[in-house]
Amino acid sequence: MNKTVAVLIFSLGIISGVQAQKIKGSDTMLPLSQKEAESYMKANSSQTVIVTGGGSGVGISALVEGTTDIAQSSRKIKFDEKQKLQKSGKTVKEVTAAYDALAIIVHPDNKVANLTREQLEGIFTGKIKNWKEVGGADLQIIPYSRETSSGTYEFFKESVLKNKNYKNGIMSMPATGAIIQSVSQTKGAIGYVGLAYLNKDVKAVRVSYDGGKTFVEPSLTTAKDGTYPVVRPLLYYYVTASESKVKPFIDYVLSDEGQKNVANTGFITLK
Amino acid sequence: MKKTFRRISERFVQGIFTLSGSMTSIVILLIVVFLFKEGLGLFRSPDIEKGYALCVHVSNPVERLHPKEVKSVFDSETVNWQDLGGNDEEITLFRFDEIFSLYSDEELGDDYSLLPQKLGEVIGQNRGIIAFLPEKYLPADDSRVKILRTENISPVDFFAGTEWMPTITPAPLFGSLPLILGTLWVSIFAILIALPPGLGVAIYMSELAGERTRKLLKPTIELLAGIPSVVYGFFGLVTLVPLIQNTLHLPVGETALAGSLILAIMALPTIITIAEDAMRNTPKSMREASLALGATHWQTIYRVVIPYARSGISAAVVLGVGRAVGETMAVMMVTGNAAVMPGSLFESVRTIPATIAAELGEAPSGGTHYQSLFLLGCILFVITMIISVTAEMISKKTP
Repeated sequence: MNKTVAVLIFSLGIISGVQAQKIKGSDTMLPLSQKEAESYMKANSSQTVIVTGGGSGVGISALVEGTTDIAQSSRKIKFDEKQKLQKSGKTVKEVTAAYDALAIIVHPDNKVANLTREQLEGIFTGKIKNWKEVGGADLQIIPYSRETSSGTYEFFKESVLKNKNYKNGIMSMPATGAIIQSVSQTKGAIGYVGLAYLNKDVKAVRVSYDGGKTFVEPSLTTAKDGTYPVVRPLLYYYVTASESKVKPFIDYVLSDEGQKNVANTGFITLK
Repeated sequence: MKKTFRRISERFVQGIFTLSGSMTSIVILLIVVFLFKEGLGLFRSPDIEKGYALCVHVSNPVERLHPKEVKSVFDSETVNWQDLGGNDEEITLFRFDEIFSLYSDEELGDDYSLLPQKLGEVIGQNRGIIAFLPEKYLPADDSRVKILRTENISPVDFFAGTEWMPTITPAPLFGSLPLILGTLWVSIFAILIALPPGLGVAIYMSELAGERTRKLLKPTIELLAGIPSVVYGFFGLVTLVPLIQNTLHLPVGETALAGSLILAIMALPTIITIAEDAMRNTPKSMREASLALGATHWQTIYRVVIPYARSGISAAVVLGVGRAVGETMAVMMVTGNAAVMPGSLFESVRTIPATIAAELGEAPSGGTHYQSLFLLGCILFVITMIISVTAEMISKKTP
């Protein structure tokens, strides 16, 4: 009985796989793409979209190998990835689907409310070790980072650390949820998460990228009007040759209907 | 007629069994060969990121930089060439992407044909520059440019290095010592914690408990082994970690201790079941002889049963260690995964399985990071193989 069901599902998967559009890549974008695919399939019942994660790099290399139609990426395509695509005779198009802001979070009891980019760089590269150096209590700073496979890890390194390396032996957590959990129960902790994940258990600090002149609180409004600095685009990449195949879906994501899904999943809409 | 048919069918079944047995062995062997082939490729890879090179101004006397020196240069910790055996000249960093902010795409020509020339110009203008460039666009013919020598990643750096930073550019650091020690550290303390209660329960179940209690207790303990490790990990993260942090007043709760405690709970069923089986195997005649000589129940357990079951108990310990060494998910969630040399139980550690699980997803296949993770897998394989061979040897030894 069970076997028949499994075989049935499997063969169904194969049949639908023939016409399906495949999206692969960033785990950050996974909830967004899934939501978009769901409502897109509801609106166009003849279409099938299959979404899988794995990380931004995984998605782009799948695009090179031709095993996916769309790559979702939470970072811009790298130079050597572009080279690889060129070598295989493909040109890609980039579409920004939404924006995501990274919030810097600390324990709710922490007095520190403002941090400059330079201070954050010092903290995550291990040069600033105690909260009193940035105007807080005499308490050891425990920075939490994501694992190296995450696009968030790369973006934070690029944007906040200016490509310097994280300190040796930084605490690295396997998921965003784990970072929130750890920061909420560790007094000296600091970490970074996507804006959509913010909750009451942690406190978001205000960030300044101009050396401490203006500190901006992370929120949907400040991220949208461009005053909050730690914002990254969420991108779809596809091969120009298969444009006709993927265009309807991309257009749907960019439509008002699709952008409503962006807002619902906690990301920042384009307009 | 019937007889020959039966003989043929028996032969056939036997053949299938032989085939499946040898297939399994061959598959295992192939996996091991694959593991080592991928892993050992690391030592034939350059220590600067594949496909890239470091260039300096031709007047610079420095010929080669060790990956550690490269890291400190690109982290702006070393700022003068003097510290690296060069001239008294300030170091200027130049990453490849910066060329695109200096020149527009038109200036770089069709298909970037003018790129090497422009890069040569940039390097020629600055005596203190160090540039990190793809080999494809290397200004190799330019007389103003000197390319630093790269060497293969050395086994010494891998096995004795203390910094595990496999994704940094230009030169990743693959020091696996903190990972190896971290794995052993967490596992050994897990066994030290699990052994006393494990043996206690085993003695209780085999010697003291009534038949009814035993029938209830045994499946309950075996149930412990069936809980998915993610559940253990999550339980550890939300209850054990804050508990450790608050009772011991530590700055962080994600410590080796949390990992050891979780692993101890996970290794308990293995230890209890095997140790109990060994004790129950003590021949009845030996127990009765002991009691007949006037020994009390406790003396019998202490002087007869435990010595008799010694090899079984040792096997239980070794298999418990084996269970702990390979555990991935639960440890990954509670130990904080900081790749530092383990110094105490109250610091974060990173284990080999957690490293492989966390990093393999994004490591480009065939690259040095990928190979280094396979090599870590080889190390883990060797450790667990030593453990199982030891267990085999101990349990074969008759008392």
